[in-house]
Amino acid sequence: MSRRIIIDLACLATFALMPLLAALLDEPFLVSLFTRLAIYGMAAASLDLLIGYGALVSFGHAAFFGLGGYVVGIIAFHSSQMLPLWGWEGSNSALVVWPLALLCCALLGLVMGYLSLRTSGVQFIMITLAFSQMLYFILGSLSLYGGDDGILMNERNSLPGLDLNNANQFYYLCVALLVAWLLFCRRLVGSRFGFVLRGLKQSERRTISLGLKPLRYRLTTFVIAGLGAGLAGVLWANYALFVSPDMGAWQKSGELMAMVILGGVGTLLGPVLGAAVYLGLEQLLSLWTEHWLLIFGPLLLLVVLFGRQGVYGLLMARRKPRKPASKPAPVATAQEVHP
Amino acid sequence: MLLLEQLLNGLQYSALLFLLASGLTLIFGIMGVINLAHGAFYMVGAFSAAYTAVATGSFWLGGLAALAGSAFYGLVIETGIIRRLYNRDHLDQVLATLAVVFFTNELITLLFGRSPPAMPTPDWYNAFVEVLPGLMYPVSRLLFIAVGLLVALGMWLLINHTRLGMLIRAGADDHEMVGALGVNISRLYTLVFVFGCVLCGLAGFMAAPLLSVEIGMGEKVLITTFVVIVVGGVGSVRGALVGALLIGMVDSLGRAYVPPLLDQLLPAEVSGTLSAGLLSASAYIVMALVLLVRPRGLLPARA
Repeated sequence: MSRRIIIDLACLATFALMPLLAALLDEPFLVSLFTRLAIYGMAAASLDLLIGYGALVSFGHAAFFGLGGYVVGIIAFHSSQMLPLWGWEGSNSALVVWPLALLCCALLGLVMGYLSLRTSGVQFIMITLAFSQMLYFILGSLSLYGGDDGILMNERNSLPGLDLNNANQFYYLCVALLVAWLLFCRRLVGSRFGFVLRGLKQSERRTISLGLKPLRYRLTTFVIAGLGAGLAGVLWANYALFVSPDMGAWQKSGELMAMVILGGVGTLLGPVLGAAVYLGLEQLLSLWTEHWLLIFGPLLLLVVLFGRQGVYGLLMARRKPRKPASKPAPVATAQEVHP
Repeated sequence: MLLLEQLLNGLQYSALLFLLASGLTLIFGIMGVINLAHGAFYMVGAFSAAYTAVATGSFWLGGLAALAGSAFYGLVIETGIIRRLYNRDHLDQVLATLAVVFFTNELITLLFGRSPPAMPTPDWYNAFVEVLPGLMYPVSRLLFIAVGLLVALGMWLLINHTRLGMLIRAGADDHEMVGALGVNISRLYTLVFVFGCVLCGLAGFMAAPLLSVEIGMGEKVLITTFVVIVVGGVGSVRGALVGALLIGMVDSLGRAYVPPLLDQLLPAEVSGTLSAGLLSASAYIVMALVLLVRPRGLLPARA
């Protein structure tokens, strides 16, 4: 068995057995922690699709997380308050609400991606950041939906055959969706589409000269990654029964980036491990002091400066160090012009 | 009369944005570092100013402390951390400077608490002058505008008419060549970085009596500063000036004219929410419009 399969199976087994372990240790809190982990892992893995495979360092990924959550929250608000939304009385069915939330995220991804992808490098970082801030402020100004305070929800969405209000059932749903999402992403990056994407990362010029249109591939990736984060947001709204503009704030985007780096860029499973490290450290350090960021900041700094491959890289060991994600090497471009 | 007052308010906000954006874009243009911690120096400046002014009772000592505090912290951060990021990709720079933000916010909270005491100001500072017959305007805001103009003028002189400015321009174009010509690149970088931090400290000092001084104040304005830089053109100080003026004016004129306009056009409950959202997102809307026409900003550093 290759090391990668062993890591995959170990992660899967940990996720699968966690409720059992929690019951044995009589720590129901563990299930809750791992639900959060699965949700953030999904958002981080979808960001890795952009950063690790598309070399698109998006600093606005939390916008999708926030929007996905808000669609769930807003519909729940209308259905519980009996206030029709444009004549529709709302619904509590996940089969209606969740696809609607994903649709909104896809639309946001199209607009935000199309405008942001007109630029690259540092401008792309700043523009994605600015778009997510735009959404953040708009969410915060919705006084009907609590403004900065957000929306409290009464219950989770209903899904036929499952009781989402049961912690274990909800947990397994999140894990199942995470696994499905990771498998889908792996297929995607291993497909012809994924090769074009990685080709664009290595050399845009070469890919264009093969007759491919970069914008289509990048925009599609941007939308798909947005859908992943949007689904994570939907699950978060259901998990926390609370949405607020902070879900889409720039700090959240920074957290997601930190998870990707901590876990290992361009590995998909790595960011899930990164999410585990991030949430675990947050949990541990904040038990110790409320100023946990005072310790976490320097730790993150050390990992960025010296730990080049993240947790996944360490587990895989002896992998090649990862290449710079966003700066195309000038030497390579010169070679392309004069082969 | 209202228009003129709003224009002055816009100039004041533009001056704040310019102080932050010019330093940030200089640092980015020369060293290629995307520095999220830039707002932290603004916060350090504001906290230093407020605490020193309260402790000594002197407004000007507060200002001195703001400049010294942000310069010192900038020196520490540059030599300790930023220096290692010059040759890294943007992702690493974003995360490392984000970590500095986390750390600085908590450090200031531990040292000074969440918000500092109100900064004492001299009487002349709180006075009003009649800028036009019938229009009284606070001295404090006029001072802010004046400082912004002076810094803009000073930057222009510095960059176009001094040896340091020549090195800065050359360093932005090709820092390896500048290094090969025998210039101590490492020292130049440190100098430019600390210079950017001093501008932040100045902004913090100016803002401390006027705006709310609190943890996270740097990040709030930093994001707008990024918008200014993107609108103006990354790496260009002239662009930072144009961007700051544009964003500052749109913000202030929007605040004055958008809500009444919407109130007339739409029912009250809709217009209130809509104008609040539009106003807080106005800078980002301007940015999206500019980028649709000119993806590299209004005055990019290099064509």
